[in-house]
Amino acid sequence: MYWYSIKSMISRELLIAVRYPAEVLNPLVFFLMVVTLFPLGISPEPQFLAQIAGPVIWIAALLAMMLSLDSLFKNDFDDGSLEQLLISPSPIVMLVLVKVITHWFTTVFPIILLAPLLAMMMQLPDEGYRALILTLLLGTPVISMIGGIGAALTVGLHRGGVLLSLIVLPLFIPILVFSASAIEAANMIMQYDGQLAMLAAMLVLALVTTPFATAFALKISINN
Amino acid sequence: MWTWYHKLSSPKWFYQLSGQWLPWIACAAVLFLGTGLVMALAYAPADYQQGNSFRIMYIHVPSAILAQSCYMMMAVAGGIVLIWRIKLAEMVLKCIAPFGASITFLALVTGGIWGYPTWGTWWVWDARGTSMLILLFLYFGVIALQSAINNTSGAARACALLSLVGLVNIPIIKYSVEWWNTLHQPATFKLTEKPSMPMEMWLPLLIMVVAFYLVFTVVLIMRVRNEILEREYKTNWVRKLIDPSADRSIKSSVKNGGE
Repeated sequence: MYWYSIKSMISRELLIAVRYPAEVLNPLVFFLMVVTLFPLGISPEPQFLAQIAGPVIWIAALLAMMLSLDSLFKNDFDDGSLEQLLISPSPIVMLVLVKVITHWFTTVFPIILLAPLLAMMMQLPDEGYRALILTLLLGTPVISMIGGIGAALTVGLHRGGVLLSLIVLPLFIPILVFSASAIEAANMIMQYDGQLAMLAAMLVLALVTTPFATAFALKISINN
Repeated sequence: MWTWYHKLSSPKWFYQLSGQWLPWIACAAVLFLGTGLVMALAYAPADYQQGNSFRIMYIHVPSAILAQSCYMMMAVAGGIVLIWRIKLAEMVLKCIAPFGASITFLALVTGGIWGYPTWGTWWVWDARGTSMLILLFLYFGVIALQSAINNTSGAARACALLSLVGLVNIPIIKYSVEWWNTLHQPATFKLTEKPSMPMEMWLPLLIMVVAFYLVFTVVLIMRVRNEILEREYKTNWVRKLIDPSADRSIKSSVKNGGE
C-alpha cells in the first residue's frame, strides 16, 4: 500500500547521492586517511600492524560514519522537505527506516567495500578478512540506526556535529567490543560465531526499536 | 490517592510540600552520614590484606551504586516527560544529570585512589571501571544536549529520549562483570545474599549507602525547588513568596494596566 512512497523515497535518496558525490566520497577519503595515520604514528612493523589492523579499521570506519551521519537529516531539514516527510500520510517510522537504510547503502557500503584493501595495507592476517567483513556488515547498520536517533535529536541545532558524536559514541562501544573480539578470535583461528550472534541480535533489536525513537526525535526537533 | 499524586506534580504544591519535608530528610541524611562515617573510619576492623586503605570502599561503593540508580531515575523521569508531559518531571530530569555526572566522577576517582595501593595502578581497563566511564560519557551527552537546546520543554523531551536510549547501557554495566571477567573483583555487596564480608564491615557500608541516597534526595529536592522558582518566576505565588508585600502592587499594576 505504501510501496509508492517507499520507492520514491529510495529513488530520491539515490538520486541525491549521484548528484552530490562529495557526500559519499568525503567520508571514504577520510576513512583512508585515518587508517594511514596509524602506521605513520605508531609503527610500520608488519607484525605489530597485524595485531591492531582489525580494531583500527573499525574505529576509522566509525569516525567516517560519524561524519556522514551528521548530514542524514540536515539537508532535508534545511530545505523543508523533512516537514513534508512528517506530514505525509505514509507511516513516518517506515519512511525513517527506509531513509536510514538507503543512507547506509550510499555512504557506509562503499566504506565496507574499501575495507579489504586497507586490511591488506594494514597486514591483517588472511584468517581475519571474513570476520572483518561480516562484523562490518552486521555492526555498521546498528551504528547507522542508533546514530540516526542522535542525528534526529541534533538536526536543528547550530553546532550539531560535535554534539552528535558526544551523545552517540558511548552507545557504539558494545558493537566495537564484539567486532574487535570477533576479529581477534578469527586471527587466532578460533570460533567467533558467538560474537557474530551478539552483533546480529543487536542488529535485530535496533531494527525493531530505533525507527520509532528516530521518528519521535524528529518530531521533537521540528517542534523546537 | 490519585489526586494526591496529581497535586504533587504541580510545581506549586511540590514546592510547598517539599519545603516541609526537606528539614526532616536533611536531618536523617546528616544522622546517617555521621554514623556511617564514624563506624566506617573508626570502628570497622582493618582488612587483613589491604590494611586501612580499604576504607575508601565506604565512599566508592555507595557512589558507584548511586551513580547507576541516578541514571535509572533520570530515565524514569524521561519516560514520565514523554508520556504525560509533566513539568515537574522535566525539572527533575534536568536536575539529576549534573548530580549523576559528579557522583559517577566521584566513583571513578575513589576507585583510582583505592586501586593504587591495592593493584599498583590508578586506572585499569577492566569491565566495571570502563562501564562507569561510559556512564559518565552518557551523563555528559545528556548535559550537552540539554544545554544546546534553548527551548526548555523541547530540551527536556530530547534529553528524555536520549536517557531512555542510554538506559540500554545499564544492563551492560550490570552484567559486564560476567561478560568480560578481568581484574576487578566480582560485586561483593548484595542484599539478597549472605554478605561475603564480616558484619562489622558490612553494616557501615549499608548505612553509607542509605546516607548517600538521602543526600541525593536532599540535593535533588533543593535543585528542583530552585528550578521551580526560576521557571515559575512570572506566577503570582512565586512573586508573593519572594516579596509578601508585592501581592497588592501586582494586582494594582494589573488593574492600572487594564484600565
